[in-house]
Amino acid sequence: MTRFSDRIEIAMSVNGEARRVGVSACATLLDVVRDQLGLTGAKRACDRGACGACTVLVDGRRIYACLALAAAQDGKRVVTIEGLAPGGELHPIQRAFVAHDALQCGYCTPGQILSAVGLLGEGRATDEATVREQMSGNLCRCGAYPQIVAAIREAAGV
Amino acid sequence: MRPFDYARATSVCDALELAAARPGAVFVAGGTDLVPLWKDAVCAPPAVIDISRLPLGAVEVGDREIAIGALARMADVADHPGIGAAAPAIAEALRASASGQLRNAATIGGNLVQRTRCSYFRTAGFSCNKRAPGSGCGALGGDDRRHAIFGASEHCAATHASDLAVALVALDATVDLVGRGGAGDAGGDRAVAVGELFVTPGDRPDRETVLRPGELIRALRVPRTALARRSCYLKVRDRASFDFAVVSVAAALHIEAGVVRDARLAAGGVGTVPWRLRGSEQALAGARPGEPAFAEAAARATDGARPLGHNGFKLELLRRCVRRVLDELAGAA
Repeated sequence: MTRFSDRIEIAMSVNGEARRVGVSACATLLDVVRDQLGLTGAKRACDRGACGACTVLVDGRRIYACLALAAAQDGKRVVTIEGLAPGGELHPIQRAFVAHDALQCGYCTPGQILSAVGLLGEGRATDEATVREQMSGNLCRCGAYPQIVAAIREAAGV
Repeated sequence: MRPFDYARATSVCDALELAAARPGAVFVAGGTDLVPLWKDAVCAPPAVIDISRLPLGAVEVGDREIAIGALARMADVADHPGIGAAAPAIAEALRASASGQLRNAATIGGNLVQRTRCSYFRTAGFSCNKRAPGSGCGALGGDDRRHAIFGASEHCAATHASDLAVALVALDATVDLVGRGGAGDAGGDRAVAVGELFVTPGDRPDRETVLRPGELIRALRVPRTALARRSCYLKVRDRASFDFAVVSVAAALHIEAGVVRDARLAAGGVGTVPWRLRGSEQALAGARPGEPAFAEAAARATDGARPLGHNGFKLELLRRCVRRVLDELAGAA
């Protein structure tokens, strides 16, 4: 009997909720989150791990969902933008993004916010240059970078 | 994109058996290089073997050597205080690599065996002797700005992409490999110097490492030496961040009683494999730091270099990078 299969059932916690999904062996976490769970905040932009629009938290760490095989996420704890404001109370990063007008079209924004939350968790938001460097995995075609950095600095208190 | 099957390995032994059971199956951990290659139809494995949960993620800084498990995440190794003290070039190389999101997912082992960034390799329609042996090389005579000045052949000039590999070559690291070998668990372990892990393209650019089919990287080991302690990594790229090296240098110096007792230099972005700068090392051995040895070391960095159509600028850039790292290390406490 073969151990290899083209589909596998995985159990994850997604935004605090236990979910069981059958996934294709080739599906990425981004595919599952968007197309199977209907959480379309994470964006499929480059789909190659270069732009950051798909950034989510897995076990507290920011990663590119477009590169994460869904099958490998069994037992993991996933947080998407939809899960950042339980009960409607905005995360400090979200409040800061609003206060600093850190978006224009908004397409990169969920990824920016999750990446910033991950960055804060890493303890690396220490000064402007470091925030800028540590956010280099998120592109913003509208050029809202100065406001994004300002928002993160405010939330981080630096 | 050809669909692939999935199996999750429960142990190292299990991973090796799964690989033997399914020819062409590839190991996957973070997937940060494999998944984009698969999406772009550069790689089309019939199956993947998920090794991400194997207990190979430990970092141990002992008295004589540092042992880094192949599944340690780049971010975790970069942040490890013991690494920062004992082998700063490794921490600096990792911090200069990729982005925060990638460093959280990508593993040390995967980083070493990542494929080249050559756009002819990574774009399925282009001639590429590495991807499709015999189909030609679009880079040679084409857009070769990011290609190699060392170690190229008439078939391939693609540069090696890993920053970590350059630092490891400079620090005399070895990789522990495990394969099925003979019957049972006892067979099939071997250690290979990182400098010997990678092979130049020659007339088989599809062969990049000495890894045998189904062989797994278990760990890498770095000797704790005075050289390793006084090391650094300098990376020059087109962008300020989140970009591969145009030219990079890892350097390690053992300075005692005002004299360079030993030196190691390796360069990235310039070779089809991480490139030891032996001429530079020779210029430094036994010399006093500073002029004229540092100037000579910089000049010797390009010994044997063969520029292509658009990458000749790397010669001077490499020399300046060597001078910069030597000045930095000589100034360090």
